[in-house]
Amino acid sequence: MKNLLTAAFALLVTQTALAGVKIEHWVSPSGTRVYFVESRVLPMLDVQVDFAAGSMFDPEGKPGVAALTRSGLDLGAGKRDETEIAEQLADIGANLGGGADTDRASIVLRTLSARDKREPALDILRNVLHTPRFENDIFEREKARTIAGLKEAMTRPESIGGKAFWAAMYPGHPYGRQATPESIASLTRDDLASFHARYYNAANASITLVGDISRKDAEKIAEGIAAGLPKGEAATLPAAPDAPAGKTVKLPHPATQAHVYIGLPAVERGNPDYFPLLVGNYTLGGGGFVSRLMKEVRDKRGFAYSVYSYFAPMRQSGPFQIGLQTKRSQAGEAIKVARDVLDGFLKDGPSDEELLAAKANLTGSFPLRLDSNKKLLDNAAAIGFFGLPLDYLDQYQAKIEAVTVDQIKAAFSRYVRPADLITVTVAAD
Amino acid sequence: MQQLIPFLLAPWLLTAAHANPYETTLQNGLRIIVKEDRRAPTAVQMVWYRIGSMDEVDGASGVAHVLEHMMFKGTPSVGPGEFNKRVAAAGGRDNAFTSRDYTAYFQQVPKEKLEDMIQLEADRMRHLNVDAKEFAQEIKVVMEERRMRTDDNPQAKLFEQMNAVAFQAHPYRRPIIGWMNDLETMTAADAKAWYDTWYVPNNAYVVITGDVDHKEIFALAEKHYGPLEGHALPRSKPQIEPAQHGTRRISVKAPAELPVLIMGYKAPILRDADRDSEPYALEMLSAILDGHDAARFNKKLVREDQVALSVGIDYDPTARGPGMLYLHGSPSEGKTVADLEAALRDEIARVQKEGVSEPELKRAKAQLLASQVYKLDSMFGQAMEIGQTESAGIPYQKIDRMLEKLQKVTAAEVQAVAKKYFTDDTLTVGVLDPQPLDGKPRRPGVATRH
Repeated sequence: MKNLLTAAFALLVTQTALAGVKIEHWVSPSGTRVYFVESRVLPMLDVQVDFAAGSMFDPEGKPGVAALTRSGLDLGAGKRDETEIAEQLADIGANLGGGADTDRASIVLRTLSARDKREPALDILRNVLHTPRFENDIFEREKARTIAGLKEAMTRPESIGGKAFWAAMYPGHPYGRQATPESIASLTRDDLASFHARYYNAANASITLVGDISRKDAEKIAEGIAAGLPKGEAATLPAAPDAPAGKTVKLPHPATQAHVYIGLPAVERGNPDYFPLLVGNYTLGGGGFVSRLMKEVRDKRGFAYSVYSYFAPMRQSGPFQIGLQTKRSQAGEAIKVARDVLDGFLKDGPSDEELLAAKANLTGSFPLRLDSNKKLLDNAAAIGFFGLPLDYLDQYQAKIEAVTVDQIKAAFSRYVRPADLITVTVAAD
Repeated sequence: MQQLIPFLLAPWLLTAAHANPYETTLQNGLRIIVKEDRRAPTAVQMVWYRIGSMDEVDGASGVAHVLEHMMFKGTPSVGPGEFNKRVAAAGGRDNAFTSRDYTAYFQQVPKEKLEDMIQLEADRMRHLNVDAKEFAQEIKVVMEERRMRTDDNPQAKLFEQMNAVAFQAHPYRRPIIGWMNDLETMTAADAKAWYDTWYVPNNAYVVITGDVDHKEIFALAEKHYGPLEGHALPRSKPQIEPAQHGTRRISVKAPAELPVLIMGYKAPILRDADRDSEPYALEMLSAILDGHDAARFNKKLVREDQVALSVGIDYDPTARGPGMLYLHGSPSEGKTVADLEAALRDEIARVQKEGVSEPELKRAKAQLLASQVYKLDSMFGQAMEIGQTESAGIPYQKIDRMLEKLQKVTAAEVQAVAKKYFTDDTLTVGVLDPQPLDGKPRRPGVATRH
């Protein structure tokens, strides 16, 4: 083990030297946290601005506001209408992306780093962040598209199952609330404007830059973004989700395959128990083709093309989830196999050999997590947004190496309580 | 545009064009293509076999893909499931994919582990066990995959049915994953015969990208792949699709909310990167109609007229078989697929009559150039580009030439291909007719006959 550890650290040093994975951090004069990785190899720049403005902050009775606010940003801002924004970005070869999930609303700009390309691209980025128009006609159009999309989703077994699973895991918590066609229909453009005014501010933002610019330029760019935002206040989190009692939900659907979800709320970002859970779950259902679930459900029995388990840490307790799809007539059998695998794992944890294999993969694959600007951006932005330690990546391999079988068993027994598991099936016979 | 080009063809791109990638061919016919990219200490290996679903015969559809699954089931020296285990132990990720034109396998690993990956791929290139018991389990997995990807996916189902109608003689009419009945009757012997016939070094090429030295890779390739023996490949007969004379229409019923319209036009394919011109013009036309949020389709059909909820174009100018250009979309609330079809036809007629503007063309080219830079951010993406270009019979050395040719497309050429290829005689129209889940009628709007 000692050798492995040294090798892992050596690798990390090489990595840092080669790819320059050094995250610089400062707070801009306007009060926004900034994270910067200088990467000079390609003539391009990525800028991500994150706000604590995901769907968990949807006002009571108005699910869908966060998502529509985010998607409305670049549909007209300042002096530019939606067509001008899209055309001007295309003219300089820049892309604007991002979206809103439960925790975060993000806007991501990818541009060439040459000054004559990046300056106009950044001008558009500032424009959409600082002065979105939320025009009523466009809002009504997007509302109609969102409603159509929701109705379509409600015909698909995976969407039906996913929504039911989250509703059952988070009763009374914003994570469990779902936008419906009716709730979207009742929204107004003013709902968006007031959500924007509350959450798109300097105190509630973090900015991440990765690419071909100097620290000095990064400071200027970040402050240019932050200075145009209202000073504001950081978002206040809702009360932590309760631990709901276990239950089984069965929903009908004419599909040929049953969709199965098993799980419960587990850990939040930054929880030190995450490492034993991560390492343990590799053996259970996180290790792709080599996991126990894959071996028992897919390889031995041919029950499913895909079967997995994972912990998804979120700002507040994110889920532990097992999922699979199987021919509807054999759903009961497949669930039984998956539950048996889980029970066996909860009882004994991984074998010594499995623990070694999990660590070898999770530490060995570390360089693959950082081998493009896109991945650097994802990592640095998550560290910034969730307030993880700045040396999170440096510590990552050592934290994994330190995990023991006992820690895994203890952590699993704390978070994955069989009696509390929620099982949702769609289209099972 | 003139400013953008010299900037982008900066030294690092020119170097890439002239020296890197590097290539060698082993005695047994296996080509090794290495692209050095020292951005991070990782590497990607992809092994491409020039064999895909288009090489199958009726009654055995899906065998190329089934064999892909079996490739993870072991050799005399690497037991069933052991391949994945060794990749995982190396800190790597691996998978494979089968297309109409090729079957490819890849591993992404820390660079120190690349030799292990080369050894593993070399081993299964000629020494696979196709065990009947393993096959019996795995074919069930493939059937689940078919249920998931196609049978329960209304849009995929529509696409599958449409292709089966658009192509009548060419093997592209068969789905890659295979018809369910063919999967039910397939045997281990079918898979083994497929492997024995096609999995030889002279029917493959290896693409490696990453923090590697090409000379070292060539030596490793010689060591591990070099001893494998090739054999002559069966000669395949050309299967040319007979000319289409008139529009074909199909509709597919499936549980869904939204109708979907696909209009597929037969379109030319790039065979000679230097001499051909029409596929480049069609690619530019696609970019002008659908390349960004303010491109014609989205601007007119989604935003201004609100006849579509979403709309797009798919056209891939490189393939071994015949080409198609697909327009696809869903009508908005209160509109029908007939309305959407009429609106798409109006947009096509506009290009045919009025052509496209210089600013539109310039914008599409600027985007394309920038995306060349962004593409370099992913080592996996770079290896994919080389592999896919080669799979269509176009040497990877022509990738830069293809970009140059795209930059030279004129507005007149775009208009000419629009006139020539958007014709009802070669059109196939597919409509997804949404069915209720619960017996209650869904929104009206699907006209199944025109």
